[in-house]
Amino acid sequence: MNMLVNLLGWVDDRFPLTKMWKEHLSEYYAPKNFNFWYFFGSLALLVLVIQIVSGIWLTMSYKPDAEMAFGSVEYIMRDVDMGWLIRYIHSTGASAFFVVVYLHMFRGMMYGSYKKPRELIWVFGMLIYLCLMAEAFLGYLLPWGQMSYWGAQVIVNLFAAVPFGIGEPLSEWIRGDYVISDVTLNRFFAFHVIAVPFALAGLVVAHILALHEVGSNNPDGVEIKKNKDANGKPLDGIPFHPYYTVKDIVGVVVFLIIFSLILFFAPEGFGYFIEAPNFEPANPLKTPEHIAPVWYFTPFYAILRAVPSVAGSAFPGVVVMFASVLILFLLPWMDRSPVKSIRYRGLCFKVLLFLFVIDFFVLGFLGTKPTTDLYKLMAQIGTIYYFVYFFALMIIPRFEKTKPVPERVTG
Amino acid sequence: MKKIIIACLFFVLPVSVMAAGGSANLMHANNDLHDKASLQNGAKLFVNYCLSCHSAKYMRFNRMGRDLGMTDEQVKDNLMFTTDKVVNTMDIAMKPEDAARWFGTLPPDLSVIARSRGTNWLYTYFMSFYEDKSRPFGVNNALFKDVGMPHVFMGLQGKQVLVEAKEGELPTFKLIEAGTMGEEEFANAMRDLVNFLEYLGEPIKTTRQAMGYKVILFLLILFVFAYMLKKEYWKDVH
Repeated sequence: MNMLVNLLGWVDDRFPLTKMWKEHLSEYYAPKNFNFWYFFGSLALLVLVIQIVSGIWLTMSYKPDAEMAFGSVEYIMRDVDMGWLIRYIHSTGASAFFVVVYLHMFRGMMYGSYKKPRELIWVFGMLIYLCLMAEAFLGYLLPWGQMSYWGAQVIVNLFAAVPFGIGEPLSEWIRGDYVISDVTLNRFFAFHVIAVPFALAGLVVAHILALHEVGSNNPDGVEIKKNKDANGKPLDGIPFHPYYTVKDIVGVVVFLIIFSLILFFAPEGFGYFIEAPNFEPANPLKTPEHIAPVWYFTPFYAILRAVPSVAGSAFPGVVVMFASVLILFLLPWMDRSPVKSIRYRGLCFKVLLFLFVIDFFVLGFLGTKPTTDLYKLMAQIGTIYYFVYFFALMIIPRFEKTKPVPERVTG
Repeated sequence: MKKIIIACLFFVLPVSVMAAGGSANLMHANNDLHDKASLQNGAKLFVNYCLSCHSAKYMRFNRMGRDLGMTDEQVKDNLMFTTDKVVNTMDIAMKPEDAARWFGTLPPDLSVIARSRGTNWLYTYFMSFYEDKSRPFGVNNALFKDVGMPHVFMGLQGKQVLVEAKEGELPTFKLIEAGTMGEEEFANAMRDLVNFLEYLGEPIKTTRQAMGYKVILFLLILFVFAYMLKKEYWKDVH
């Protein structure tokens, strides 16, 4: 024991180990009133680790080669010890990541966690979300199934819609070829296993550092740092460790139960996590009758298809789709209400947010379906409302009847 | 508890909302992956009727034998015609150029066909061949119109003609020439074949599910301890 203490002392003289432990865990004071919605941050971190670890093992047997990729996935599924488990962990993990991150983002929107002084936390979070989308898109090409191939084809072709003669060369530059090919597969692999995860890890560190600098928000939207005891500790705060570590373990176990239900009993996620056409090897000469992205992209895909093309160019749709993602970056500045939490905001905010959630689900559903006149109209209404939400946040504080925000957190 | 239910709902919602669709107009395969006899019969039909034009190049003979309760010797003697090593995969000798000439297209590899098509689709497909003199092989398929594949099971099923094919309904057929099998016998044979194809698509499936129960049981027990630990620590938070 004494030796361990000495060793720790030796390290602490050279590296801020104990200092960091205190700053980020044992003496990081988090509000004591975190509820259900506060599990998803730590769960996102867990899924990131799951994806990185399972990804490393997949890389050991996967072949990034147009001739061998599909076969190597089947090799993993059949001949590699526990290969099927590793692969399903990774494919289920991809969808779980988005479930967790969407719930995490919704928490932020509900309790105004993006508001001053936490704007940068939100911006870092959005950058993480962008990386995640890139990571998922790049990774989906790797099994080299029909949906991998044609999904990538459709998305890369979006860049070809850029006008002024930039589009075509741009999309060729991305693919490295005139169509999605072995060259594309190789570079997507490189980005999927090295470049994007590297950026992702860095951004996650920035996200957490920024959070620990200003402190966590909570369901009441009260700044706990305003009320401190004689020792300078927030009265409504409790040390993250052990209180939230033991609480998050419960969340982790519940998450793992749900995760295992999918993993062991429905790894294809009813055709939404691994799409059926993706069990057919990529065939550049045969377009599937219906190309749909994986569920987590479908709201944005519905927005893309909802916008009518102008003068035969799909560019406006592409712009609106990217805008629908990028507008989230501006949320901290668009929402003008000084009240953070939904608990003390007016009815109009509650209705707007509720409709936004419904809208996101409806758009998501529409994105999985082939377009019909009715669906297209619904997607157009959905797209308009999606943007209306953000602009409404700028206006409603002028007449919104908010409730008084308490000094201290409630239960 | 309420929170946990909400958590589950939020996890399942995006899936259940979208999974509402699904393909109508298919017969039900009602196959059972735990039925070893059915799988063995399916394997026999598969190697005899399919595995000369179609390959299953990701499946190894010895793996199949092990999973279906057969020794390597039994597999070698009864199910292997295309290769002599039991560790080999189910490849075929037919050249792609020949296949394209004979059938107009390359017969697909069947390793994961059950996962791309689904078992009900396959079962319906096998049951839906009917006589059509305008086609090169004299047969057409009500589910897969103008398919390049001949009705390889005609000897077993006999000849049937299409009686009625209405939009949105299952087509009806009438047998005009008996095969070596009765109607029910043939339907069961196709069920066995589809059963084998489902096994072929994901050989680990039954093991995966069995493992799932154990993992979830472990997690449920872990949950009790994790929850008690949390309760104990949070006693002093007011």
